[in-house]
Amino acid sequence: MNTPFKLPSAARVRRFAADNVVVLIFLFVTAIAVPSSKLSGTYIIQDLLTRYGRNAFLVFSLLLPIMAGMGINFGMVLGAMAGEIGLIFAVDQGIAGVQGLLYAVLVGAPIAILLGWIAGQVLNRARGREMVTGYILGFFMDGVYQFVVLYLMGAIIPITSKAITLSRGYGIRNTLGLDSVRQSLDKLLMLKVGPFTLPMATYLVIALLAIFIVWFRRTKLGQDMRAIGQDQTVSHSAGIPVERTRIVAIVISTLLAMVGQIIFLQNMGNMATYNAHRQTGFFAAAAILVGGASVAKATIPNVLVGVGLLHLMYIVVPPAGARLFGSAQIGEYFRDAMSYAVIALALALHAWRKRANAESARAGLRGAASGAVDPAKTEGGAA
Amino acid sequence: MPDDTPLLSLEGITKDFYGTTVLRDVSFALRRGEILGLVGENGAGKTTLMRILFGMPVIAETGGFGGTVRIDGRPASFRNPFDALDAGIGMVHQEFSLIPGFTTTENIMLNREQSRRNVAVDLFGPRMATLDRPAMTARASKAIERLGVELHPDTLVSEMPVGHKQFTEIAREIDRENVKLLVLDEPTAVLAESEAEILLASLRRLAAQGIGIIFISHRLHEVTAVADRVVVLRDGQLVKDTSAKGVEVREIAAWMVGREVDANARVRSDRSFGGPALEVEHLWVDMPGETVRDVSFSVREGEIFGIGGLAGQGKLGIPNGIMGLFAAGGEVRLHGKHVALDAPRAALDAGMAFVSEDRRGVGLLLDESLDWNIAFTAMQVKGAYLRRWLGGLFSLRDEKAMRALAEQYIEMLEIKCTGHRQKAKELSGGNQQKVCLAKAFALEPNLLFVSEPTRGIDVGAKKLVLDKLRHYNRDEGTTIVMVSSELEELRAICDRVAIVDEGRIAGILPPEAPLADFGLLMAGERAAEASA
Repeated sequence: MNTPFKLPSAARVRRFAADNVVVLIFLFVTAIAVPSSKLSGTYIIQDLLTRYGRNAFLVFSLLLPIMAGMGINFGMVLGAMAGEIGLIFAVDQGIAGVQGLLYAVLVGAPIAILLGWIAGQVLNRARGREMVTGYILGFFMDGVYQFVVLYLMGAIIPITSKAITLSRGYGIRNTLGLDSVRQSLDKLLMLKVGPFTLPMATYLVIALLAIFIVWFRRTKLGQDMRAIGQDQTVSHSAGIPVERTRIVAIVISTLLAMVGQIIFLQNMGNMATYNAHRQTGFFAAAAILVGGASVAKATIPNVLVGVGLLHLMYIVVPPAGARLFGSAQIGEYFRDAMSYAVIALALALHAWRKRANAESARAGLRGAASGAVDPAKTEGGAA
Repeated sequence: MPDDTPLLSLEGITKDFYGTTVLRDVSFALRRGEILGLVGENGAGKTTLMRILFGMPVIAETGGFGGTVRIDGRPASFRNPFDALDAGIGMVHQEFSLIPGFTTTENIMLNREQSRRNVAVDLFGPRMATLDRPAMTARASKAIERLGVELHPDTLVSEMPVGHKQFTEIAREIDRENVKLLVLDEPTAVLAESEAEILLASLRRLAAQGIGIIFISHRLHEVTAVADRVVVLRDGQLVKDTSAKGVEVREIAAWMVGREVDANARVRSDRSFGGPALEVEHLWVDMPGETVRDVSFSVREGEIFGIGGLAGQGKLGIPNGIMGLFAAGGEVRLHGKHVALDAPRAALDAGMAFVSEDRRGVGLLLDESLDWNIAFTAMQVKGAYLRRWLGGLFSLRDEKAMRALAEQYIEMLEIKCTGHRQKAKELSGGNQQKVCLAKAFALEPNLLFVSEPTRGIDVGAKKLVLDKLRHYNRDEGTTIVMVSSELEELRAICDRVAIVDEGRIAGILPPEAPLADFGLLMAGERAAEASA
């Protein structure tokens, strides 16, 4: 290895701050909110442990598309919808427990693959605008989902259970009780450590997924995704099937989101049929960004740190708001605003960094002759 | 040389694009272990020839080519570049095609990674195989060793100096087991002198191992230093195929620019010029693909100053930078007054106008009518063709004045159109160019930049455009800086011609200087050597 370029320490601190500004702001806010919330440490930690099991899988589903250079896959809500459809059938068939969850996964998988393939096709036609396209695609598919669940289910698609259909005879009720599968995965293997309960089976599934992702990165396909993520033209000219690989990345992401949503809902125990998936992409994106990922680079530690930080804030900010402002609603309002701000900040930072990098790359071409000219000085014209 | 069959032979290669012949009956052969220097100006046909060799789809799409390409004596016709790669031909491009976040090894082995089978392969196909990193590193190290350079297999490309990036590219090509022919297109363009030396040494090493090399470069001293043979293309024809032994750079330069019919010793009325109109000192411009590194020159009042040079060397960056279209720095003075860079408005306000080489992108409002196009900049910059109401509180377009202006220029420049309301996009290239000129003239500039004024327009329009520029200069006394790839055109109307090479001015010559001198400047020889 070459000897790394040593920066003076002040500059190093500045650069570290610039690279991690999102995380730092978040830590700052949370650090203020934790003591003001007056919640006990045990409560906070137990809540965090539960939320890890509930959310981490969903956030993991964002990793591969980022690696393939497609940004944050807001289209993951398509997978969430597939998972919900799977759960509707599992409840309708009355299959309880972990078997019910497996059944939901089996039903959801082909739907998720189909939707992922469609999303991949669309995103291939919207290169460079994958994120906004995925986001809008989610809204559109939400309409399709409503049509299927609200009108077709019970009318054309056979639904046997009267308990989950609307009283008019077709369409699924607004809230679906998931009593038959509630926390079946979490409770499969509960571990009690001191005052805490740990849903070990859920953690095991998440750990398996993390291992899968580590392994996947070492495969040829993973290597191709990394290459495409950095330069599509070069990858194409090396003979890597760029479009296919991008579609595969989205299909896998959609599949994982499908499983993730099922894990999420089994923990919640009930499902807002028409709303449960709406915020999924947004929460997952906020989590991974808070963990220090950018839309171009994300790692497994980013996911783990991000889920922890985001949910820590979600736990402590409403009570802190209640104590400081006399209203929990202000806290809730504040945490939503914070999450959106994080996404906006991360996107703006990414665009800004990309431009700065391109500029310094071009400046490098100038060669030594103009090295005396400080680009910063000439910003406003060489005066 | 082991056997007589040449590694590569091109026989009577002919190619035309839509009736324009770009290659005519080009034949030459390359033996194993031989380095062939291929030189020629822009548009001489080098690129097209290489595209044919590599089976680029664009060749088939435009009607194929005439003649035969033989590899090891057998006719070869590749349908796409991957066929060519399979046949053992490697190409190293001018711009790097490397993945910045990958290591040397990962780049060398890109899409040829060595892998191990596993269960997932049987289930989901070969792309699920895991990479065998130690084996990849070993192979990459072998390729690097063949090159004879120092390159660490685990360095990230983004952290390498440019020279190492170039070596990584070459290592990637020679890693293929069957590679026998390597084409390098301007491999030294981005390298410092010392790096270029190392590269040339590696090429000799590769040739000694039996690989045939086609070395395309405009740095002629490198060609004479490394090549065994030199092939010169000019206007699509092979004008010289000779052993490189004893050939001088000056001779090659003369063959390259050629056209010894030097009857155009123009009768120049003794032109007299005023003081300096435009002074440029240490200008740099970040224009992608046309980087200007360090340029200083001065243009006299009333002069037509030409700027020439090969594509990509930075000549286009000069006007674009001064006019504020790309990030630039340095000192520019117009009539002694400082002009702010990075601000198009400041350049326009100072009295400079620019006819861009990017006619359709920068030059014209394609969906608007001619009168709009011609009056637009003058309206913005000078507030001309506007009628003020309520003491200047608001102003409206003066359609009548615009119409008169448009009609004046349509007549003067012989713009072929249905009228001043016709849309700019409906005109032919030549007439669009005239509209661009009219737009610049309407500003009544005291200094006019014209960039590639005759690119992509037919011969008749070319002559007219050049004549108009000359007349405008004579009649209005406007100083003109003309940038062009066509040396002949620069020599025809300019009072002095500067040649730009690698972002710097290699030298400034009078137009009647011998062609070989221009060729030498383009070849990266400095002014001192050229005039010697």
